[in-house]
This record gives sequence, structure tokens and C-alpha cells, in this order.
Amino acid sequence: MSKTYVHAPGFVAGDRPKIVTSRFEFADSFTLERYLATDGYKGLRAALSRPANEIHEDVKSATVLGRGGAGFPAGTKWGLTPQQVWPRYLVVNGDESEPGTYKDRLLMERDPHQLIEGCLIACYAAGLSQCFLYIRGEMALAQERVATALNEAYAAGYVGKNILGSKFSVDIILHWGAGAYVVGEETALIESLEGNRGMPRLKPPFFPAANGLYGQPTIVNNVETLANLPWLLNHGVAAYTAIGTKTSPGTRMVAVSGHVKRPGVYEIINGTTTFRDLIFGEEFCGGIRNSNALKAFVPGGGSAPWFTPDQLDLPFEASQVGPAGSMLGSGAVMVMDETTDIPAAALTLTHFYAHESCGKCTPCREGGTWLERILRRVVDGEGTDADLQQLLEVGAMICPGAFPHAANEKLGLTAVPFPYKMTTICFVGPSAFAPVHSALTLFRSEFEARVKKRVTIPVTAVATETASVGVSA
Amino acid sequence: MSRLNDANIKLAREIIARYPRPKSALIPLLHLSQEQNGYITREAMQHLGELVGVTSAEVYGTASFYEMFKFEPVGKYLINICGTMSCALMGAHELMHHAEKKLGIKAGGTTTDGVFTLAHAECQAACTEAPTLQVNYRYRLRVTPDDLDRLIDNLRDGKLNEEFPPHGVLSKVRQSIDASRAVGAKAPEDVNESPVWLDGKAAL
Repeated sequence: MSKTYVHAPGFVAGDRPKIVTSRFEFADSFTLERYLATDGYKGLRAALSRPANEIHEDVKSATVLGRGGAGFPAGTKWGLTPQQVWPRYLVVNGDESEPGTYKDRLLMERDPHQLIEGCLIACYAAGLSQCFLYIRGEMALAQERVATALNEAYAAGYVGKNILGSKFSVDIILHWGAGAYVVGEETALIESLEGNRGMPRLKPPFFPAANGLYGQPTIVNNVETLANLPWLLNHGVAAYTAIGTKTSPGTRMVAVSGHVKRPGVYEIINGTTTFRDLIFGEEFCGGIRNSNALKAFVPGGGSAPWFTPDQLDLPFEASQVGPAGSMLGSGAVMVMDETTDIPAAALTLTHFYAHESCGKCTPCREGGTWLERILRRVVDGEGTDADLQQLLEVGAMICPGAFPHAANEKLGLTAVPFPYKMTTICFVGPSAFAPVHSALTLFRSEFEARVKKRVTIPVTAVATETASVGVSA
Repeated sequence: MSRLNDANIKLAREIIARYPRPKSALIPLLHLSQEQNGYITREAMQHLGELVGVTSAEVYGTASFYEMFKFEPVGKYLINICGTMSCALMGAHELMHHAEKKLGIKAGGTTTDGVFTLAHAECQAACTEAPTLQVNYRYRLRVTPDDLDRLIDNLRDGKLNEEFPPHGVLSKVRQSIDASRAVGAKAPEDVNESPVWLDGKAAL
């Protein structure tokens, strides 16, 4: 039966395998004492007793997928650093701020030592000589817990010089931001860490693995990704890949919010759990509030195109969700029931992305704001039917070509697969359009119901005899 | 005076020394300055520029990008009500209207006694516990209008001083690295060799 822990707000445990949330049941899960009593730093010891390249191979063969949004395998990412270029850095992305996403903060607040151990394993395996742990500025408690854990770990010899008496030495520096969504993008994170405005860098040609922090090879990994490593080292690759599917092994943390009976954060089995399990399953959310009907849901954070009940049976598997027209993103499902005002809901997201645009790329800076203003006009009942067309045209400036959307039987729509083309450096621009496009494609009638018909005044340019202003002989 | 005080200068130098390049310490130092003064002043930016070796214009360039840095005084308690989708679906806009009425100010404003500033906020990563708010970046979850009334009354009466330090104070715990344990930061150009543990042998 699922159980909630008062000291881990939002987290709901079940009888499923726990890789990253195994200590959440303890009220003192964030202390070194508890950590050591529950296999803490054993994974590090296991790693250090083997050559670094073997640990890298383990992470590769376990296919630990990045949990930040793109889902790129961590082991492969580590392997993209150029040969013989030193030093290399690890930057931990704890700037969780994608709408709907709530997992990294829990991991930092509830089990900071697990994250620290994950960082150490990554640094050892990939030869990274300094680690920067970047926590979102607005998370005071997470900063406190990680700072305390780091102080404990330094004092106990787990971090710093000659870790556990070995030749492995690495510093983990706690760094924190100051409120900017775009800094979650890895190159913007690096800019921010260099003390600059957090604007993404143009890439290609250089990805951070080749040219990142201070122009050096840099690995940027998400908090949840790294939190998987201690368990992997403790239990081995076979145990890890035995959970989930071949292409999506292990578990992942998913936050389900909105109009469900039991909104919460769940550690689910990757690859096999479906959206129907998650939204309607008794061990998960238990259905829609007041037993209302499901209208739509966002499968992977605010940036993801929306799904309707037609897509409920898709599993948490990127190779199936992508062709169906959306993405898994950062493990955030937002559920809307039949009472939802769709244009207004889309506006909250478009406002978010317009507000969070860093201003570097014109299509996002201008286009996002246009989308928000036009959509607000429509929501306020001041829009015209021309505005709906205008929304799509502005969106096409940010994302030329067909924008991904889900199939819909009632509307006779077939799916347009993910991803999209974009005219911006990062995904903030397209993300402002995603909710508009989804809402307009799937629920156009709701928009039409609140716009005014544009009055067309007949104009003719052809001079008639009576209306002629010309001079005739 | 809004330059860092002596104790904070010492702290600032410690923080700067952790990074391969001094400018990396800028955001943590801006937080330190905001903690000392409640907001970021021109003089503070001048001083931080001196500490990390950039102009005050560059400091302002960085600082002005980030939402959390305030360039004029805000209330002792900054109440940020999340209005992004999950919270909006669960009544965040109604909560904001309620807060505006309760405090007698509009979002973005500060009460005349300087105690409260009310602001719209974007996603706070507590989406399953909607609607949420933060007081000086510390959470309150599943907030009802009654909860909000009580919270504001208790804050005003000083009953929650322990939980909510004044605006500017973020983490109450700082990282401190003992010199005997620290590896130490080096400028990237001073490192040309591969890490010693990459010798193909186990480290332990």
C-alpha cells in the first residue's frame, strides 16, 4: 500500500523498488549518521577499489539516463570529453525549476549525502578534478541540508584531499543561484557559475563536454542522475538493469500534480509504468479529483506538448513518447480535469516562459512576449479570431515547420513526432509555444467560444463612376 | 555603508578562493551583500567588483539578470506566491487575490510599515503540494486562505522569527572547508596533467 511520509512532503512510497528514495522513510535521512547506517558511502568504497575506467564502463553499460530533461545516457556524456585535456569539471545541475517538476529538491533536502556520494563516483570515474554543486537560489532548506552534509563529509574524510585515505582527491563546492529558470540549461548554468548573466551559449560546435566551464571539458549532470550512482555501485549493473526496460533501465522520480486525488512524487519503474497507472492506479494517484473526467495532461514538464486520454496507455519510455508527439522531460505530469479552463491554463505556462526568457535570441524574447500578450487578450475575452491565427504564426517564427502534437481520434488528428525545429539556441522559446500549440490544436473550440468575430469592412480599390476621385475629361 | 563589513570580507575571500576564477564567486557574494544590507546597493556592487576584479558595471550586469537580487529595500518578509500551472490549477490566483486584500497591497507592493512585500512567483518546485508560497524562500505548502491569514498574523506578531529569518538571509548554514582537508582551486591554465587516480589502477 502506498504511504506518505510527513517529513518528506509530497513523497508517496509504495512496494516498488527504491533506488534513490530508499532513505526517505527515516525522519533523519539527511544526517551522516543515518546515511552510514544505511549503506552510505559503500558505493564510493566499491568504486575506489577498482580502476576508474571500469566504473565508467559500468555506468555506460547500465545506461543511466540523464534525468534532467533530455534523457541522454550519463556514461556516454562522460565519454565525450576530449582526450588529454585537463582539468575537467563536474557541474551538478540542482537548478530545478521546470514547471511541474519536484524531485531534485526532495533528493537534496532528504538525502544530500547520496548526492555527494554520486558526485564523488562521477568525478572518480570520469577524472573530474573539481565539482560544483549548483543549487537553485530559492531553495534555502536544500542549501542548508547540502551545506551541512558537505561539512560533515569533509570532516569525516569522504570529500577533499585523499578520500578514504586513497590517492583520489576532489573538492565539492556548494554554489547557489539567484532565480533564473534558464540557468537550468547546461551552458547557461556554466555562464552563471562563471559569474555572468545566465544566458545559454551557442552550440554546436562546442558542447560543455568539450568546452564548458572556463573553456575546459565539463560534465553537467542532473541531481537525480548522480543520486543513482551509489546504488548502482552497491548492487551492480545487473541489478540495476533488471529494473525497468533495456532502453530505460532503473527507476525515475515523477511528480504528478494538478487535479488528481493523490498528487505526489513517486519513484516509478522506468519504461514500463504507463500514464494510466500513474494517474488512475491505486498505488499512485488514484484517479481524478471528485471522480471527474480527465481532460488533458502534460507528460513531461511545462515544455512538453500535451496529451489527452488517448495517450494514457503510453509507458515512461522515450522511444514511445517521442513518436507520439511529446517528451518525458524532467518527470513532471500535470493533470487537468474536465473543469479546466484550457486557454487560461495554457496562459500560465506561456507567461512563465515569456517571463523567463533570457533575451538572447530574438524569436524567444519577442515571440514569447507576443504569445503571452495575444493569449492573455483571448483569455480576457478581448481577442478576435484573427488572434488565433496570429498565435500560430508567431509560434512558427520560433519553431518553423510542423510542431509536435499528439494524435486525437475525435478530432481526426495523427501524431506529429517530437522534436521540433527551432530558431533559438535553447528550449525556452519553443517551450513558450508548446502549451499554446497543444491547447489550440486539441481544444480549439474553447478558444473560438471566447473570441469575437473580426468585423470585415468591405473595401474596394476599383474606382466606380459615382465614387471616382479621378479627373476625367 | 553598504560595503561588506570586516567579518563578511573575510568570508568573501574564503568563498573566492574556492573557485578557479574569482568572478565565479560573484553570485554567492551578492547574496552575502544582500544578507548584510537587505538589498543590493550601488556601493555594494562597487565593493564586490573590487573583490573579484571586475567593474561595478559588470557586477550590475550579472546581478540584474537574477530575480532574487533586489535593488531597493523590500519588506522584512518577502511573500512569493507561485502562479505557474500546477498551482494555478489548484487556486493560486484566488490565493493571490486573498493576499492582496489581507495585506492591502497589490502584488509587487510593500506594506507601509515595511514588514511585507507581496510578489508573484514562478514555479517553486513543490508542484504536488499546490498552491504553494515562500516566505523569504522558505516553503508553505497546500496553502488555504485561512492558512495565509494565520501566517501573516503570526509573522507580524514575531511568532515565526525562528523559522523565517529576515529577507536576505538564505541558507543558515555555510559550507566551511578546513584547510587541511581542501584540495584547493587552481586556475585551469595551471593544470596540465591528468588526475593521479587515472593511472589504470584502483585508488584504494
